[in-house]
Amino acid sequence: MIAKLGALTINLLQGISSIVWMARETISEIGERISQHRAPFRLKDFFYQCARVGPGSVPMIILLSVFVGLTLALLTGYQLKIFGLVTLVPPIVSVAFTREMGPLFTGIVLASRIGAAYTAELGAMIAGGEVDAIEAMGVGALRYLVTPRVLAIFCLTPCLTVISVVAGILGAAFISSLMLQISYGYFYDQVMTYLLVKDMMAGIVKSFLFGAIIGITACYKGLSVRGGAVGVGTATTSSVVTAITTVIICDSLCNIFIVIFFP
Amino acid sequence: MNPPAGNLVEMRGVHFSFGNKVILDGVDISIREQDVLVIMGLSGGGKSTLLSILLGLLKPSSGEVLFKQEDLTKLSRPKLNDARTHMGMVYQNAALISSMTVRENIGFPLEELSDKNDQEIALIVEQKLEEVGLKDTADKLPSELSGGMQKRVGLARALVLEPELVLFDEPTAGLDPISTETIDDLIIKLRKKQEVTSIIVTHEMESAFAVATRMAFLYEGKIILEAAPEQFRNSDIPIVRKFLSSFSGHETGKGLTHANP
Repeated sequence: MIAKLGALTINLLQGISSIVWMARETISEIGERISQHRAPFRLKDFFYQCARVGPGSVPMIILLSVFVGLTLALLTGYQLKIFGLVTLVPPIVSVAFTREMGPLFTGIVLASRIGAAYTAELGAMIAGGEVDAIEAMGVGALRYLVTPRVLAIFCLTPCLTVISVVAGILGAAFISSLMLQISYGYFYDQVMTYLLVKDMMAGIVKSFLFGAIIGITACYKGLSVRGGAVGVGTATTSSVVTAITTVIICDSLCNIFIVIFFP
Repeated sequence: MNPPAGNLVEMRGVHFSFGNKVILDGVDISIREQDVLVIMGLSGGGKSTLLSILLGLLKPSSGEVLFKQEDLTKLSRPKLNDARTHMGMVYQNAALISSMTVRENIGFPLEELSDKNDQEIALIVEQKLEEVGLKDTADKLPSELSGGMQKRVGLARALVLEPELVLFDEPTAGLDPISTETIDDLIIKLRKKQEVTSIIVTHEMESAFAVATRMAFLYEGKIILEAAPEQFRNSDIPIVRKFLSSFSGHETGKGLTHANP
């Protein structure tokens, strides 16, 4: 038991140090590239990755958020009805979605959709010797492969979070009007009154962090693939599980931090 | 400590291990400019590792790897990357970037590492494609090409930056005789016309004798023989003799009688 715990801890620390090493090497390759007066990455690669992360994820995020918002409003209303406080549904749902659900569900969707894709394609490139070939040319494989991917997901996670929040609140408004007798106008007024800039900022800041976590984890897992096709499969599963777990843990830590320092 | 003039590459006392397994146990070898050095040896003997060390992809546990009189093992990353632009590598599996077309693959090093504009790059790519006889495949993906064609694209990509040293890892393995001959001719042409130095790892005996100006045998982590092809063929080292005689036609001299380039 103790030996297992020790091995797990060593694995965890090795993983963290490797991720830190990868991030440091990538940043240093970017710095070297800039010092040679060259672009650190191709803009077309960045926009291509943005198109994959952004527009490609919108339908799934809207669908998921609408249904989660709907369920959240329904269950909250169901409980609050007992106390005659059903009018609290709009502020509760909107604040919960802005601070918590929006960033979290966006993170989960991106980890499973984009993180898995990043890991699989980088893993396949490792297995096919493509990454070594890029490195052997003197191009700097980390800079070339990791930068546009991580930057795209880092920049677009907050945008997708906003979409998720809006979709979730709309879903909640719809079900509130249908089943809780709360009009759209009243719902809107309540959201505007109780939703603070602080709540929005908390959600947006967290989503930047989640984007970075998912991107870096996915690229690291992809570039660490060993063992061909089976290795790619294992790394992809591990990437999704690790990213989602890390995002949830990080979310809790952020919430504690925000509640303590920005009450 | 500098190598004698004319040596483009020199390895001195290179050791390398994977865990407890010793792969290279003190490799000493030098390659003169415009040499075509063929390295032979048993499978899993460390020949490809040797190429990876030369490219700076693997770091030896000890020893020096001199390229143009600079020790690659001690270079900073920017300098190592700069040294790599003077080398080209042709991989056994071609290692083309699967998401890029042939044109993009060949133009990739130029786009990333040169100051050439799109038109100049397109022109060079066309030229290289013509050299390897694949002008009609520019817009195809690597997966749409045969193994031999992929290797030729890999060669075109390796040559696009006009390297002084080209490394080949099993360039003709698994190819039909005509594709093999095409690749062999390209290697010979590279040396004669563009004065490129080549290091080739191969098991294809016929190809090896067709293109080599020097031949080396790697055994148990050491270069046990380095000689001109004729001397190599007549070596009395038992493992080399056994290796050579394992290939059909050797005893009669059939297949090993190409004139050296």
